[in-house]
Amino acid sequence: MTTLDTRLRDLRARRKALVPYFVGGLTSDWTTYVAAAIHAGADVVEVGVPFSDPMMDGPVIQEGALRALGNEATLESICHELAVAAFEVPIVVMTYFNVLHHFGLERSAELLGASGVAGVIVPDLAIEEATPWREVATAADVATVLMVAPSSPIERVRRIGEQSQGFVYAAARMAVTGRASDVGDAARVVQSVRSVCDTPTYVGIGITTPEHASDAGAFSDGVIVGSALVQRILDGASAHDLEGSISSFRLALDTTAREA
Amino acid sequence: MGPPDEGGHFGSFGGRFVPEALMPACLELDVAFRDAWGDPTFVAQYHDTLREFGGRPTPVTYLERLSQRLGLKVYAKREDLAHTGSHKINNVVGQALLTKRMGKTRIIAETGAGQHGVATATAAARLGLACTVYMGEVDTVRQALNVFRMELLGATVVPVTSGSRTLKDAVNEALREWVTCAADTHYCIGSVMGPHPFPWMVREFQSVIGAEAASQLRDFGVTTPDFVVACVGGGSNAAGVFAGFADSSAQLIGVEAAGGSAVGLGTPGVLHGMRSLLLQDDHGQIEEAYSISAGLDYPGIGPEHAYLADLGRARYVAVGDDVVIGALQLLSELEGIIPALETAHAVAWLVNAAGDEVPAGSTVLLNLSGRGDKDVAQVRSILRGES
Ligand SMILES: Cc1ncc(COP(=O)(O)O)c(C=O)c1O
Repeated sequence: MTTLDTRLRDLRARRKALVPYFVGGLTSDWTTYVAAAIHAGADVVEVGVPFSDPMMDGPVIQEGALRALGNEATLESICHELAVAAFEVPIVVMTYFNVLHHFGLERSAELLGASGVAGVIVPDLAIEEATPWREVATAADVATVLMVAPSSPIERVRRIGEQSQGFVYAAARMAVTGRASDVGDAARVVQSVRSVCDTPTYVGIGITTPEHASDAGAFSDGVIVGSALVQRILDGASAHDLEGSISSFRLALDTTAREA
Repeated sequence: MGPPDEGGHFGSFGGRFVPEALMPACLELDVAFRDAWGDPTFVAQYHDTLREFGGRPTPVTYLERLSQRLGLKVYAKREDLAHTGSHKINNVVGQALLTKRMGKTRIIAETGAGQHGVATATAAARLGLACTVYMGEVDTVRQALNVFRMELLGATVVPVTSGSRTLKDAVNEALREWVTCAADTHYCIGSVMGPHPFPWMVREFQSVIGAEAASQLRDFGVTTPDFVVACVGGGSNAAGVFAGFADSSAQLIGVEAAGGSAVGLGTPGVLHGMRSLLLQDDHGQIEEAYSISAGLDYPGIGPEHAYLADLGRARYVAVGDDVVIGALQLLSELEGIIPALETAHAVAWLVNAAGDEVPAGSTVLLNLSGRGDKDVAQVRSILRGES
């Protein structure tokens, strides 16, 4: 068990998890957005380390990654800023496998662990290829969070459920990251995960409004909100502006939990 | 050249690095391809379609005047005579037939210069499949005529505006699109790249080149050529011709563009679903390839080539833009064949290596991957000093 596993099981007993996503290095003051999100009630923060070819991301996060790369954000610079900030909630880094592969698997795991990063999501690392990474990451107490998709047959859901650490990322739809108008197939995906394991299960991909958060919160353990927030930062929203939006997601999740 | 392991690895290269959402589609394709390729009915259908529609078998031509000039015996495998003007048709016919066999109704593809896009649109039209082609916005401008060709063939061309707006971004976009529609849509990838089973499947569909060439050379009295030479973008024409000679003593030479030399300048990395050699910076960000020929503008190489390079079974060399036009002119003037700029890289290497790395009197099989019609406007403006 990694530290993230323990922390997120404890969290489940208290409330639905709110997990905002930010692109590391998007602006020079990007960590103030993370701090504002925590202040507004984020339980975990997902931080994107940009990659030139983000296969699982739609236009919004692609644009964020491009800008962050223009600002010369790297795995090392982002880890350094995270280490300095020492946020009190768990930080989960989202990046593509080449970034870790190029830096070296063991070296990446050690750097992430030493920077206080609790877990990673590597969307292009399917279970078939994940073992070498998981071994070194687990040794550094960095959890590897795996994704279940609407297309995953139940045997794969079972294997993913067994291997995912911290939480299971339930993709709400067959799509890359982006904004959407509903929670898609999330209920079915979460139910399939629930049927094979009791790891906390969070819904992401297309969670855009507080209503989506409350819909998904009714049948899952939490939500991940990415493009909807990143779009606002691209449009010039300040950390203070974002704090307001994140508070409304918090409220929606807490209301759902009370009613349930 | 045998099959990869069960997970699609050629040594430490290959594999399947895709989002979970695409894993079921990759696994389904693996099963469907194995089943089809072991089924004599499917294999016959593939060969019949290539014969009736694709212009196969393509001939082998002895290049007498070039041979005299270089002091070698040079034979050309004439993929330039295949339908749509290059080897790309072999792959798309195979994948389009497989699409139908899987009960899917639509194919999507990426394209750089437009050759693979045109070939895919062609096979889709022939077999009654809907077709959408992703093409970097920069390339849709550079290759406007190919966009029009695809549209004439009934395909939809989607300009890709992300990243560098060229081939690698078109692959990203096709993969992103595939996530949303894999249930009824096949992704017809254009070279021996991508997640397993693509690199292996595309090589198998292209191996008809090497199989034909080996038997045609025997008709010329050549049992084993000393060298087999092919240009390499992703590496499909090279893989196809190498497949006929991998078990022989022939030296296999892959010619990359100097600005896209994944073996020469690349390092191991993971992109587009595969582990291979890639052009990348100090932080693992993928760099763009630069070449006079759009078809070689890819920052990676198929994983099996990375493996063959590792083993030393094939050798990969690079030639610069500067010698490519001269090679195109030489083949045009001496042999009456205007090659594609991609193919001209292989010619250029041979011209330079003749009498040196390729000793006088050697027998060479040159894979003439495509014809140059698509490139004549570009060549004209270069020769007139306009670009
Ligand atoms: C004529 C020709 N040769 C070669 C290539 C390079 O592709 P590959 O390396 O997959 O054969 C292309 C690609 O567009 C092409 O059009």
